Amino acid sequence: MENVKKTALFGAHEKAGGKVIDFAGWALPVQYEGIIPEHEAVRNAAGLFDVSHMGEVDVKGPQAFDFVQNLVTNDVSVMQDNQVLYALMCYPDGGVVDDLLVYKFDNNHFYLVINASNVDKDYQWMVDNKGSYNVELSNISSQVSEVALQGPKAQEILQKLTDTNLDDIKFFFCKRDVKVAGVSCLISRTGYTGEDGFEIYASNNEIETVWNKIMEAGKDLGLKACGLGCRDTLRFEATLPLYGNEISKDITPLEAGLGIFVKLNKENFIGRDALVKQKEAGLKRKTVGFEMIDKAIPRHGYEVSAEGKVIGIVTTGYMSPTLKKNIGLALIDAAYTELGTKLDIIVRNKPMKAEVISKKFLTKNYKK
Amino acid sequence: MNVSKDLLYTESHEWVKVEGDKAYVGLSDFAQHALGDIVFVELPEVDAELSAGDSFAAVESVKAASDVYIPVSGTVVEINEAVVDDPSLLNQDAYENWMICVTLNDKSELDGLMNAEAYETHCNNQ
Repeated sequence: MENVKKTALFGAHEKAGGKVIDFAGWALPVQYEGIIPEHEAVRNAAGLFDVSHMGEVDVKGPQAFDFVQNLVTNDVSVMQDNQVLYALMCYPDGGVVDDLLVYKFDNNHFYLVINASNVDKDYQWMVDNKGSYNVELSNISSQVSEVALQGPKAQEILQKLTDTNLDDIKFFFCKRDVKVAGVSCLISRTGYTGEDGFEIYASNNEIETVWNKIMEAGKDLGLKACGLGCRDTLRFEATLPLYGNEISKDITPLEAGLGIFVKLNKENFIGRDALVKQKEAGLKRKTVGFEMIDKAIPRHGYEVSAEGKVIGIVTTGYMSPTLKKNIGLALIDAAYTELGTKLDIIVRNKPMKAEVISKKFLTKNYKK
Repeated sequence: MNVSKDLLYTESHEWVKVEGDKAYVGLSDFAQHALGDIVFVELPEVDAELSAGDSFAAVESVKAASDVYIPVSGTVVEINEAVVDDPSLLNQDAYENWMICVTLNDKSELDGLMNAEAYETHCNNQ
């Protein structure tokens, strides 16, 4: 694997026997012990992920708030200091540039966390839309490492390593300069698994200490090092979207069922006019959950048909490790989206029966 | 990686065990290891006519679906339902748990397959 970037934890992954793959130009472990045991560890105990490939952009200046409010679909005006918000950046036509976490330190300082595969594109998009806003943008992705500690035991494990009372960091809030095993970290009670947990940011040269100390602290509590394989199955079961699957430049947040993160009553944001129009006209495509009736596993990219014609595409599908069911998300013609509607998923050129079900595949286990 | 001595192998990581005019076909240990936890196996029907190079089965890990190819031509005489019912058997012992048994229409097709030693070298170069 040449020409791939290595995170500061690459050595730790190799030592721990991670099966390293090229993900969006990064050498990262897809699994250590196996996707299923790692997935189960996060649902039942805890898992630790290297997510240093994620991008971070610092936004500072007297108009930082105005800039971010115009950039993203969600309403940044309701945020308290040290709150975190899920949002999307859209193109003027309503297609998605990327989804992101917005960290608000104060009105003059925001921190945007974006997808690895989109870092260059996103940063350029921000620079292009800086206009006359009095802000300073810095892409600090290469200086920041990040790990995610996720699962019902996450707090118990992390609390062993810090004097900060983690109960004080509420769901989707953050705290800066928390000492974790002596290392200064930004931590937030956020994640991408549907479980309670923390995302922990530190400098490249100190992240390995954080990783090793957390692994040690969680040893007797069922903590496992986790790869990107179960990161995807976990986020899928929790119906959390993935850029390139549920959302893309060709799929709007409304079509993806993410309308609650799009505040059309906001004065303005990039893409607003197109999304208002789309909503008024009624959605032609919608994202649904489905469960296979025939024995087959649905996969990203498989065609969906009904009454003999193609009506859409599977955005993500898996044998759900938690539910032990073959389920998926699909973006399909709105006429076929009622619960109970029968669909065909085209698996290896054969139509296999499926049925529309609620997208709430499982109850999220957040600590709010 | 475990390479069973008495079998013949393909470049795409299937194994063939010849018994008289029949052949058992399965997935190599290298393949099951590369796939990870296998959660789904789809096999052809008994009596299906297969030509050398056909995809005769699909095995799916959590992550992805992969085709399995047959290197010989023949008619399916038996399928191993046990691996359909419990796909993890392929992870546990890839050589014990065959997938299908076919009639051997043309034994000369076996000439293109690798022995254990050649296959081991092939795997080491992957």
